[in-house]
Amino acid sequence: MLNKETLNQYYEKFKIYRDKILALGNDSLEKTIAIALSLCLVCAVLVSFAAVALKPLQVNNKELDMKQNILDVAGLLEEGGDIDAAFAEKIEAKIVDLETGDYVDSINVSEYDQRKAAKDPLLSVAIPKEKDIAHIRFKAKYAKVFLVKENSAIKSIILPINGYGLWSTLYGFLSLDPDGQTVQSINFYDQAETPGLGGEVVNPNWRALWKGKKVYAETDQPSMEKGLITEADIGEPALSLIKGVVDNNKPGSQYQVDGLAGATLTSTGVTNLIRYWTSKEGFAPYLSKVRTVKGAKS
Amino acid sequence: MSAVLNDETKKVLVEPLVTNNPITLQVLGICSALAVTSQMSTSLIMALALTLVTAFSSAAISAIRNHIPSSIRIIVQMTIIASLVIVVDQILKAFAYDVSKQLSVFVGLIITNCIVMGRAEGYAMKNPPLESFMDGIGNGLGYSLILIIVAFFRETLGSGKLLGIEVFPLTKDGGWYDPNGLMLLPPSAFFIIGLIIWAVREFKPEQNEKVEFKIMAIAHGEGGHH
Repeated sequence: MLNKETLNQYYEKFKIYRDKILALGNDSLEKTIAIALSLCLVCAVLVSFAAVALKPLQVNNKELDMKQNILDVAGLLEEGGDIDAAFAEKIEAKIVDLETGDYVDSINVSEYDQRKAAKDPLLSVAIPKEKDIAHIRFKAKYAKVFLVKENSAIKSIILPINGYGLWSTLYGFLSLDPDGQTVQSINFYDQAETPGLGGEVVNPNWRALWKGKKVYAETDQPSMEKGLITEADIGEPALSLIKGVVDNNKPGSQYQVDGLAGATLTSTGVTNLIRYWTSKEGFAPYLSKVRTVKGAKS
Repeated sequence: MSAVLNDETKKVLVEPLVTNNPITLQVLGICSALAVTSQMSTSLIMALALTLVTAFSSAAISAIRNHIPSSIRIIVQMTIIASLVIVVDQILKAFAYDVSKQLSVFVGLIITNCIVMGRAEGYAMKNPPLESFMDGIGNGLGYSLILIIVAFFRETLGSGKLLGIEVFPLTKDGGWYDPNGLMLLPPSAFFIIGLIIWAVREFKPEQNEKVEFKIMAIAHGEGGHH
């Protein structure tokens, strides 16, 4: 039906209307409306074309970035290596019900986005104010954790963490040994803290200080004598950032990481988010199950 | 080449660099100059993005300038500028993901950058497309020049690096340089831009504004009402 001739006719008609409109006075109502509409049309086409055409590249970038961060916190990132292949080979994603600490199989792992879920009323829960030490207000019911396995034994447990610093919500990963207690590494992939001060959360030298630190308070004679830990604290989140430099010979130093110089509020934010996500509100139920099962069930 | 680069084109291309610089003389676009200049890499991308947006938006606005109803003039300019900025943002997200993550909202804020609007309203509405395009490039380069100077001082003095490569070894990594934390905060850009404006006006006294009011000592016996 839409052959060349009819198209030509339409085009001729369009030209007549166009010339009529263009000939109108610039301030006439008709021309104002016509210009506004046609400008919006042209701009909308341009913007949607750019958005749709570039979408696959952008999604790919995001995924690659996320995989790179997970490999990095697992200590498996190789300079110039194939990120997709390394991720597929070494890392397994799992969905965890935060309340019970059990794995959930009914959710498609590759499609689940925990950050999106935290904003979805159906998939998230509001955190009561007195418990919301990380200032995130909502958390997803299900968390996406990543496991590094070697010969079917778990080598590291990578937990997603987030919390508010000074200017921004920091998003990152905390990687733990299979004991659910010893820190392997930490990284923050999304934050907007002050560059050079709070922004130093991404500094590799500072991140290296986390290795070997303990998340939960243990029965530990020297620390208890000093009054740093009481009976009631045992099994509770204990890790925190302190002002200044940690003396590794002092009791309790296994629960302490150097604070960021000149960034007290970011440091407090990091302490709070670590404490929140390792508490019963966060991954404590899951970690206690991992410890007892020793990763046999997966 | 001489046909393309006539006197007017040359003027609009070269003048905004020093003589009529959008930041130091017109004092426009300061907000983003404070925000993105703590690192050279972000400054360069920002400068490139702003130059392209100013040039293409000026050309587009100039092309339809005779048909823009004056009552919706500003909104028409904004629509064109905003569309171009979104396209630039999408391109950065697709091809320079790391930089776009660092620039975050500031790419989007090019829409409100006074330089882009200022050139559209002040030049492109009255001049043909090619000149307007060149005017956009010129002003973008003027903005870029200041951004690069500011970023050079902020990154070297604030983190001892340039484009992420170590220039001064920092004390915390065992070197000798103790970085100046103020340089990483936006106010330091104010100081640097202020010093640049001072230096430019020292060499080009004609840029100094005429004094609008003069404070005079009241002569004795003459005071009171006039």
